[in-house]
Amino acid sequence: MTVSFTRIDAVALPIAQPNFDTDQIIPARFLSRDRDLGLADCLFRDLRFTTEGAERPEFVLNRPEFRPAEIVVGERNFACGSSRENAVWALFDYGFRAAIAPSFGDIFKNNCIKNGMLPVVLPAQTVASLLAQLQHTPGARVQIDLPTQTVVLPDGTRHGFEIDPFAKHCLLNGVDEIAFTLSQVDEITAFENRYGRENA
Amino acid sequence: MVEQSAPRTLFEKIWSQHRVLERPDGQTLLYVDCHLVHDGSAPAFQRLRQRGLPVRAPGRTFATPDHYVLTTTREIGEIPDPERRGMVQQLAENTAAHGITMFGLDDTRQGIVHVMGPEEGLSQPGALLVCGDSHTSTHGAFGALAFGIGSSEVSHVLATQSLWQRKPMTLRITIDGELAPGVTGKDVILAIIARIGAAGATEHVIEYAGSAIRGLSMEGRLTLCNMSIEAGGRAGMVAPDEVTFAYLQGRPYAPKGADWDKALERWRRLPTDDGAVFDREVVMDAAEIAPTVTWGTSPENALPITGVVPDPADEADPERRDSMIRALDYMGLTPGTRLEDVPVDRVFIGSCTNSRIEDLRAAAAIARGRKVAPGVVAWVVPGSGLIKLQAEAEGLDRVFTEAGFEWRQAGCSMCLGTNGEIAAPKERCASTSNRNFVGRQGPGARTHLMSPATAAATAIAGRLADFRVLGDVT
Repeated sequence: MTVSFTRIDAVALPIAQPNFDTDQIIPARFLSRDRDLGLADCLFRDLRFTTEGAERPEFVLNRPEFRPAEIVVGERNFACGSSRENAVWALFDYGFRAAIAPSFGDIFKNNCIKNGMLPVVLPAQTVASLLAQLQHTPGARVQIDLPTQTVVLPDGTRHGFEIDPFAKHCLLNGVDEIAFTLSQVDEITAFENRYGRENA
Repeated sequence: MVEQSAPRTLFEKIWSQHRVLERPDGQTLLYVDCHLVHDGSAPAFQRLRQRGLPVRAPGRTFATPDHYVLTTTREIGEIPDPERRGMVQQLAENTAAHGITMFGLDDTRQGIVHVMGPEEGLSQPGALLVCGDSHTSTHGAFGALAFGIGSSEVSHVLATQSLWQRKPMTLRITIDGELAPGVTGKDVILAIIARIGAAGATEHVIEYAGSAIRGLSMEGRLTLCNMSIEAGGRAGMVAPDEVTFAYLQGRPYAPKGADWDKALERWRRLPTDDGAVFDREVVMDAAEIAPTVTWGTSPENALPITGVVPDPADEADPERRDSMIRALDYMGLTPGTRLEDVPVDRVFIGSCTNSRIEDLRAAAAIARGRKVAPGVVAWVVPGSGLIKLQAEAEGLDRVFTEAGFEWRQAGCSMCLGTNGEIAAPKERCASTSNRNFVGRQGPGARTHLMSPATAAATAIAGRLADFRVLGDVT
């Protein structure tokens, strides 16, 4: 993927549960589906739909105000568990481009960056306030600006966030990581030669 | 080469030995010694094919199908679902096309990728090992740096044999003392996660240390490291020692002859130096760890088997209280119920966490001469074809089948049900696997995590059971 991310001003979806795992984002039975077929309908599948396929009206994404959401807001340890990149693909295919949480599952965070999706870590208190605002005003918008590393919440408050400089570079420029690494393949070859001798 | 630098941790030694290059922004390109591949890898190979890229080091890449294989048959053609059958077929095609060694369904070495690696001697001290599966932390039991990666990263490793990483922080969990009889690596890791939480080790690599950890067998250490990810850990590791070396010696891919001696010399220098500093430290007492089971929908919801279902009303933190209420509702449990009074419908003994020979022996020791409770469906799914053969040579299969367990073929099976082997909605499953997430073992299915001995006792009793007090059942 060579999708870039610069900034977004979009409806944010509150997922107000800690330790929300990637099995909830996309259940295992959809992992064999070809990505080309699209995974949007698998997103939050068992929370969003009954086993018969009817929408569960109580699930946030089924509320009309939240349907156009492009930012997902989670609690502590959002998207923990399984390494399935399909979780990012399902979010992306639905239209999500960024995620905000006090902390993420490490592998999910890496997977986001490989797919042009921005993971934003904000302090737990800020995220709690954001979740409350979203629940109070469904359909409220959040702005995220990657170059300046700032988030503007619906109440107008502005918050800075940290991001790994390399991840920022890759997201802003849609860097193809494999091509980038292969451009430095001589370093890998040199390492292999050196490494082989050291371990002889 | 001896560096006269500050004392270093096991993790720091492995990290620096695999550094290909480091950018000024701190990102490091790490060399991958061993890349394990399973039947979920089709999209990663497809990405390579689209770019016309070769696999850089097929000799460092090893594959086996586990997620999508049925545990009732070894015939790929009998997998009824075309998508799942396709995943297994594509692994065979992709590995053949790139010259990658694969242990297929017709090979007794086939098994769960995290069982196969150690068995073949591919998981070695000091190695950097990755796999497109979060339970890759398992291999840290050998004193390796092993972690799970996503599908894009699998493509990157296939193409470059390397991976960009930012150096994680380190957490040492020290457990001294002696574990009570029958308390296993599974009970230890569940107790750890209950203590530090499901995000307790996020962005950290865990080193497990102390006399109780050193006293664990290789199987116990593999179980322990396996669930590091359930504490949020990037990886988990145990310093290599004589237990590690004894397990490895003679394995097919372990060094031989003079190479073995040289390797031993290298490996003995790996353990954390005295005085090395960790970013965080946690200390626990082995004597306080009991046979442990989970009651909720996160591995952190774990209690001694003698406990009762907790009451959300007692939880002061509103976020945690809401989580408890949701979890108890999903699990169909009432606060105050003794865990030993919770009836089960199914028992699953298997998964990359607990499907090794020691696990099967522990379960068989409980099952021997007893019967699975009426109405309970109990499965034993060995971790590999080799474990299946070993168990059969020891007569464990007969112990299980005579007790009423189903004795099946190797694979991930009901741990996550990608192969279609799942529990029905609201069915309660006692499981030796690693995740009790909502819907993990099938939509609406309720999972309780526990050790093999506890799972076997539960199968016999028909309810969550303490194997220490299991009465004679006729």
